[in-house]
Amino acid sequence: MAEKEQIRQELVELEKRLEELSQRATTREEQEELTALKQRVERLREQFVRPVTAMDRVKLARHPDRPYTLDFVSWIFEDFIEIHGDRRFADDPAIVCGLARFHGEPVLVVGHQKGHDFKQRQFRNFGMPKPEGYRKALRAMKLAEKFHRPIFSFVDTPGAYPGVDAEERGQAEAIAYNLREMARLRVPIVVTITGEGGSGGALAIAVGDIILMLENAIYSVISPEGCAAILWKDASKADLAAEALRLTAPDLLELGVIDRIVPEPPGGAHANPRQMAEILDRFLVEALAEIRDLSIEELVDRRYRKFRAMGQYMELSEEQLRALLRGNAG
Amino acid sequence: MRGEGLEFGILMPLFRRKRGGLEPPSERAGVVKTEGVFLKCEGCREVLYRKDVEENLMVCPRCGYHFKISARQRLALLFDDGVYTELDAHLVSADPLNFYDLRSYKDRLTSAQKATGVLEAILTGEGTIGGYPAIIQAMEYAFIGGSMGSVVGEKVTRAIERALQTRAALIIVSASGGARMMEGVLSLMQMAKISAALARLDEAGVPYISVMTDPTTGGVTASFAMLGDLNIAEPGALIGFAGPRVIEQTIRQKLPEGFQRSEFLLEHGMLDAVVDRRQLRDFLIKTLAFMMPDQQRPPASGRREAREKPR
Ligand SMILES: [Zn+2]
Repeated sequence: MAEKEQIRQELVELEKRLEELSQRATTREEQEELTALKQRVERLREQFVRPVTAMDRVKLARHPDRPYTLDFVSWIFEDFIEIHGDRRFADDPAIVCGLARFHGEPVLVVGHQKGHDFKQRQFRNFGMPKPEGYRKALRAMKLAEKFHRPIFSFVDTPGAYPGVDAEERGQAEAIAYNLREMARLRVPIVVTITGEGGSGGALAIAVGDIILMLENAIYSVISPEGCAAILWKDASKADLAAEALRLTAPDLLELGVIDRIVPEPPGGAHANPRQMAEILDRFLVEALAEIRDLSIEELVDRRYRKFRAMGQYMELSEEQLRALLRGNAG
Repeated sequence: MRGEGLEFGILMPLFRRKRGGLEPPSERAGVVKTEGVFLKCEGCREVLYRKDVEENLMVCPRCGYHFKISARQRLALLFDDGVYTELDAHLVSADPLNFYDLRSYKDRLTSAQKATGVLEAILTGEGTIGGYPAIIQAMEYAFIGGSMGSVVGEKVTRAIERALQTRAALIIVSASGGARMMEGVLSLMQMAKISAALARLDEAGVPYISVMTDPTTGGVTASFAMLGDLNIAEPGALIGFAGPRVIEQTIRQKLPEGFQRSEFLLEHGMLDAVVDRRQLRDFLIKTLAFMMPDQQRPPASGRREAREKPR
């Protein structure tokens, strides 16, 4: 802890000096010093924020400066036209949808949107969608299906909003319906878990053909705090829960839930969001190329088999089953 | 063995309905239950004769409160003569995360198996209901809160695939606190897996009726429980996505009486019907007459019942 604080102070000083120097560096010595300083800052920053525990990654995934869907849209896509509303009840700002161009090609973008400052966060309901958000997303995705356009989905939510109005309007039904319909959408779907993959609220826009996950993103059935409160009866044990839940990108790759990890810039996506977008862009191009030439039947069948294979269980032989039942009864 | 119907008749005693009542699950191999003669109703607080309640399908004869019943009792209640073949009974959890909290998950699984006499939180039965071939699944709430992990997900998916193959009607009776934390994100993925299979069942025109019982929340509600051709519920069941405690923490106030109960959902357009347990079997058979192929259909009952209820 003390060591981290030391690094932090040093970083602050070096960054100040770096800024001064970059304003007026003209001579060769000054230029060289500037380069050296930059390298030192980068190394320190990496040291300072390198995630060691699962909880470190949880914090990075929730970092308020982390790029959100609209940030990625502005750096990766062109000609974005946001479309609003579920045509049933309202427009949910916690999910954004829009028509866009991806390297020239018309595509559909959907994603959670959290907001970078307090006002935005409040407006976006901290990225926690209500049923109308999920219904809007599906409406937009059906539009993509109608016009044979690929879908890019960006996932970053603490979870679906647990409120009275959301329940009244069928939060569970909205999520369930999206899961079923996304499974059979007849266009390519590339999903990226960019920050927090908060349970059903994340999954409701995350059924796709290729699932990418940023290096420090998390994806879980429950928040570490929620899990700790229930199983440890103590929310402060969240760090233990975070380890136990296996919610980091390397864990999910091993469990067969995601296809690829997208590396983040040193220090995390928030340290250099633009660079993050450049890296992600390359992965998105590659992902789309991988599935775009499949026939629709192949594509939908492949998607079915992908999710069909998820989960791990044991099949007992009849003798094993008898033994287990005898043991349990005795 | 995959996808095969395995019959373990010797090991899994069948329960037969007698005079419309339910036999208590006391004949389970080696387990002797010493249940009291009396039972307190959580609805009207009356102390009742257990036998009277059992004769009434575990519904309070005074106030209509629906007591929880086991998955085995549920299957016995719904299948013709209470007879069915159990499928996929040999699937058990592999503890994929090697999960540990204050207790190990393995330990929790063993205790749950011993306490309930079943190996997982859902049972699959194959048989007939009203003469219609059917696959009926019932969730066991006493098994780790009826939570859905990889085994529940796999058993539901196999049941769907079997219904797809045999064109038997699918009925799933839910009772669940949601996805199982101890299998982490794999539990979450069962929601997508099952929903994808239900898309195929939907396209094939095979009927699926979802019956929600107390309680049905979280990932089960947000996947197969809300995807029936008909979504129905027993009276007074707690049904929702978020649990009431989580919502109370979010809004920082007490929830009104009846919030997230079956009747509330019916009023908000989320359910097709709220059906009393004592009419559930008849209700299901009638709906199957609508959904199943004509050649399988028995004659109508002759009763004329549709009328507006007095307000
Ligand atoms: Zn009562």
